[in-house]
Amino acid sequence: MRLTRDRVISLLVIAPSILAVAVFVYGLIIWTGYISTVKWDTLRPDYTPVGLGNYASIFANNRFLIDIRNTVVFTICFIAASLTIGLLLANMIDRRIRGEGIFRSIIVFPMAVSFIVTGVVWKWILSPGQDAAHPQGINQLFGLDPTRNRWLTDAHVVYIGPDSPVYQVLHSIGLGFLTSPNIGVPIAMLSIVLAAVWQMSGFVMILYLAGLRAIPEDLKEAARVDGASEFRIFRHVVFPLLTPITLSAMIILGHISLKIYDLTVAMSMSGPGFATDTPALFMWQTTFRDGLFGRGAAVAIIMLALVAIVVVPYLIWNRRQEVEA
Amino acid sequence: MSSAAVVVTSEEDLARDRIRSDRPGSRGAHSRGLRANISRWVLYLLLFLFAAWYLAPIYILLVTSLKGSSEITLDKMWALPTSFDLGSFAAAWKALSPNFINSLLLAIPAAVISSILGSVNGYVLAKWKFRGSELVFTLILFGMFIPYQAILIPLTQVMSDIGLYGSLQGLILVHVIYGIPITTLIFRNYYAAIPTELLEAAKVDGAGFFRIYRSILLPLSASGFVVVLIWQFNSVWNDFLFAVTLIPNQVNWPVTVALNNLSGSFVATWNVQMAGALIAATPTLLIFIILGRYFIRGLLAGSLKG
Repeated sequence: MRLTRDRVISLLVIAPSILAVAVFVYGLIIWTGYISTVKWDTLRPDYTPVGLGNYASIFANNRFLIDIRNTVVFTICFIAASLTIGLLLANMIDRRIRGEGIFRSIIVFPMAVSFIVTGVVWKWILSPGQDAAHPQGINQLFGLDPTRNRWLTDAHVVYIGPDSPVYQVLHSIGLGFLTSPNIGVPIAMLSIVLAAVWQMSGFVMILYLAGLRAIPEDLKEAARVDGASEFRIFRHVVFPLLTPITLSAMIILGHISLKIYDLTVAMSMSGPGFATDTPALFMWQTTFRDGLFGRGAAVAIIMLALVAIVVVPYLIWNRRQEVEA
Repeated sequence: MSSAAVVVTSEEDLARDRIRSDRPGSRGAHSRGLRANISRWVLYLLLFLFAAWYLAPIYILLVTSLKGSSEITLDKMWALPTSFDLGSFAAAWKALSPNFINSLLLAIPAAVISSILGSVNGYVLAKWKFRGSELVFTLILFGMFIPYQAILIPLTQVMSDIGLYGSLQGLILVHVIYGIPITTLIFRNYYAAIPTELLEAAKVDGAGFFRIYRSILLPLSASGFVVVLIWQFNSVWNDFLFAVTLIPNQVNWPVTVALNNLSGSFVATWNVQMAGALIAATPTLLIFIILGRYFIRGLLAGSLKG
């Protein structure tokens, strides 16, 4: 029986990969989950069970709460800016311009560079040298006042201050927690967003450009014959067709921002007052610098849960689409 | 429509449109008039502004690294160098070359092994589907989205247990394993576009599993291999997290870790740090310049799955 023999061979060929993923992805995730429930707080493993103690202690740690705030701010700004710029550039590139290939390469090349290189260069642009109180670089280029524009070294967090009417209103209707600095926007984080968007917006542009060019010209032509303006055509014909791409891009950018690590390490580490700290950096330092393996594992599991909330529905939706197609 | 078709179509669309735009009588030709002209100018102005933003880091890398150490003052950081001084490159190369070579020894084998694995996996998942193979595929795919922090602690334990902690071989193994999802995905979608009738005909002729792979799939795989090799080389070359966690010894550091260390140090002057960044970025940038369309195809293949 030739066919059955080939069937067996095919399974034998893929078995090592399935096994490797089963052990190194799923097995190690389970193992990390287990570590997050034990005491292990020195270099030597200590498997004394502590229940959810590690989770309780990281949620009691203000640094972790700041990290969550930073991640939310980074994710929203990073996704919004990358999608806007990517879509804008794709539409401009799609307008039969001269030198399309060159513009495309200039927009996409940052994707070929590591986050470390990106971080080293943007740090040099935003905050060169050691004088954190008066950064030159970009301030000098645009003639800005370095004492007021501190970029990466800016410790300010923009939040709703106690003297404002909004503060009074929020407190009177029981939403006072929204006025905490832990809900605000850390200014230094926006510098990290700038570098990340520099690196990833070209990727979004390429996705949208491919999407734009897969839309049949007749569709737009038909709308044009009906007298629709170019903007209306974009709004009502083109943009709806790009929805799957927008969704894919959001998921991919979102999962990158939830685990961003290299870029902040190269640019600013935790930043002033943890303004650029992230869960990934907190996890790494807690675990491998401070030796608090149980707590580090707990941070890792929370990161995984956040990514899974975003990615699992997407994967299921994606597979279902392919099966239907 | 299969997913690979989407990917390939998009790639062809990118190229096709460029040709169409050169043809006289296309839409650009009859949209004359003052308003059209102004909007055209605004379009180019915006494009040039964006281009300046994307190129600014390259500019600052070049001008800083080409300056001699006497010339690198902060108040002149945007100025062109008055004379070319390659001393910073010599110094940066002296500091980084062992790590640069480590990165090559790491990224090349990892990319090659990953591509071979991805190719056979993709072949099985596209053409030898079994009960539950779609579920297995989805479960494998999840592996490329996980934050690696979620496996990092036990991974260091496993690597020490098997004696590979701190070694380049260990890091190659890690990159090969965590590269399985993306390489399998790209090849599976790539092979899905090859007509199954071709394989059926070969089966009737008595060809077996490996024979079909060798004589039908492999000869059609060249561009798939280029895409996956570039993708994996890039991600391994640019990785920082695995390397900084699994390689404690400076001697075995890849170039990303060494560069981060160099840029944080007070010993190296700024021109040397920038020269180092340029050196660390050169291989992947060169690949992008030479094989850009395969690089872009990888970007599309890694995202458009549906």
